[in-house]
Amino acid sequence: MSGGKPINPRGTKYEKVEFPVFEFPVVGKARYSYTTGEALGRFLAGLKEGKILGTYCAGCGRVFVPPRIYCSYCFKEVDGWLEAKDEGVVVTAVMSYISATRARLERPVAVGVIKLDVPGRQFDDHFFPGIMHYICGATEDDVKSMRIFGARVKAKWKRPEQRTGSITDIECFEVVRP
Amino acid sequence: MTNRNLNFKHRVAVVGAGLTLFRSRMLETPQELAWLAAKQALDEAGLTLKDIDCVVIGSAPDAFDGVHMKGEYLAEGAGGIHKPTIRVFVGGATGVFVPIAAWWHVASGLCKRVLAVAEEKMSHAAKPHTQYVFRYIWDPVVEKPLNPNLIWIFAMEMHRYMHKCGVKKEDIALVSVKNKRNACGHPSAQLCMPNITVDDVLKSEVLVWPVQLLDISPTSDGAAAVVLASEEEARRITDTPVWIKGIGWTLDTTHWTNRDLAYPEYVRRAAEMAYRMAGIDNPRKQIDVAEPYDPFDYKELHHMEGLGLAKKCEAPILTREGVTQRDGDLPINPSGGLLGVGNPIAAAGLMKVAEIFWQVRGEAGERQVKKPVYTGLAQAWGDLMQAGTVIVMGI
Repeated sequence: MSGGKPINPRGTKYEKVEFPVFEFPVVGKARYSYTTGEALGRFLAGLKEGKILGTYCAGCGRVFVPPRIYCSYCFKEVDGWLEAKDEGVVVTAVMSYISATRARLERPVAVGVIKLDVPGRQFDDHFFPGIMHYICGATEDDVKSMRIFGARVKAKWKRPEQRTGSITDIECFEVVRP
Repeated sequence: MTNRNLNFKHRVAVVGAGLTLFRSRMLETPQELAWLAAKQALDEAGLTLKDIDCVVIGSAPDAFDGVHMKGEYLAEGAGGIHKPTIRVFVGGATGVFVPIAAWWHVASGLCKRVLAVAEEKMSHAAKPHTQYVFRYIWDPVVEKPLNPNLIWIFAMEMHRYMHKCGVKKEDIALVSVKNKRNACGHPSAQLCMPNITVDDVLKSEVLVWPVQLLDISPTSDGAAAVVLASEEEARRITDTPVWIKGIGWTLDTTHWTNRDLAYPEYVRRAAEMAYRMAGIDNPRKQIDVAEPYDPFDYKELHHMEGLGLAKKCEAPILTREGVTQRDGDLPINPSGGLLGVGNPIAAAGLMKVAEIFWQVRGEAGERQVKKPVYTGLAQAWGDLMQAGTVIVMGI
């Protein structure tokens, strides 16, 4: 089309072999030591005992898992703690063929978001207690066919003496076969 | 002056834009990239640095370029020395946030002419892979111990969208095909693929199902810049200023596992803010061309719906019917988008704003859309499905 003003973007495409690079590790051997905070500290202590804990806001009715000490919507302290069940339904799931460093995995792993059950409470799709975790017992086809959506899953816990107070105290959420 | 619910003193126009090449690896330092884009934008506007009152810089995580306080570092190449200079950062949404921040510098009356520059050099974060830098986005206590790759979260969002809307991967791949073909008209483009087919996308390497290699934009180095001016100045500088009609930005919670990923609320809210200001009540009819953020092919569809350019679950249908092609009724990403031109994060978002600037002026050359353009829109998104930034521009 006429009337186009040609832009002339500059810059030099760089091929690995042509120029020197200066390589540094990120910050030597530096490591972060993250604190858990109040809410997640109690959450992790709960995991060690085989419980999934959350908080709730009486103002708006929201349940927070992972827990917060405040309701960010009503902007006030939460009204207390509750225990979610260690089971729920898969709201989304995927099959990962790569690691955190983008290396190919020998065997793909399923991961997803699990909407957790809380006795006596119902949640819609817009806001719900939910966590990300591995899903075990799901085949590649279960994920690719989307059969996994809505599937019931239950936490597969490490043995009590192996738990350290970490999200990995749950090995995965296992598909409950009817 | 139109003034709907928001208070500002001055109308603001874009009067110039510049870009570098976008490539997976560029020789230039981040400062040099910023300089190349900034200088080109000034030249196009017929201005020199002396004419610039304030400078706004945008760049995503410092960890990519591997330089802390990247704003301060980039200021030199971006023309910010001895001037009021600020760096803004909202993850991937940064590129469109740069002209938004520049807008309020001018709209408030504080500055008359502002240079806005965005830069990213992802190739510096070389080992073990650029993706590794994204590790620091995840929650350190409940997510990082699971050793996630960032693509997980996009795959989860894409799959949730596919499930809720009944979308097939073939339909989503059409976006990648369209944008990588469109990119062949863009002089900065990294991934011009004139012969790519849906089959190529569906046969590319599976990374995290349903995401495959050709569903994703590449990692890139590059920079972009625009010059903004107040109404009085803009009319002095050019006969064809492109007005910023509306801006909007919002942020959702970092707790992404507690909300539905099928629909981008973070974009809807930002768009509503921009539309209210621009007086737009029917975006599907009133927006002539749009550059929604497309780091993944499904994201273009998702964002079209968030922007109200399509009804919920309707974007794949419009795409299949050809409505979003350059010669269609609603051209989407005529530049080639991030999927085709490349994704130097902040620079990619500002590239979209530059594209709308050129489209509105009728200066987009072979990328110029067929229908007349009175009003265009650019949008970006960032973080854990959180940040939405929207800008509406027009004659």
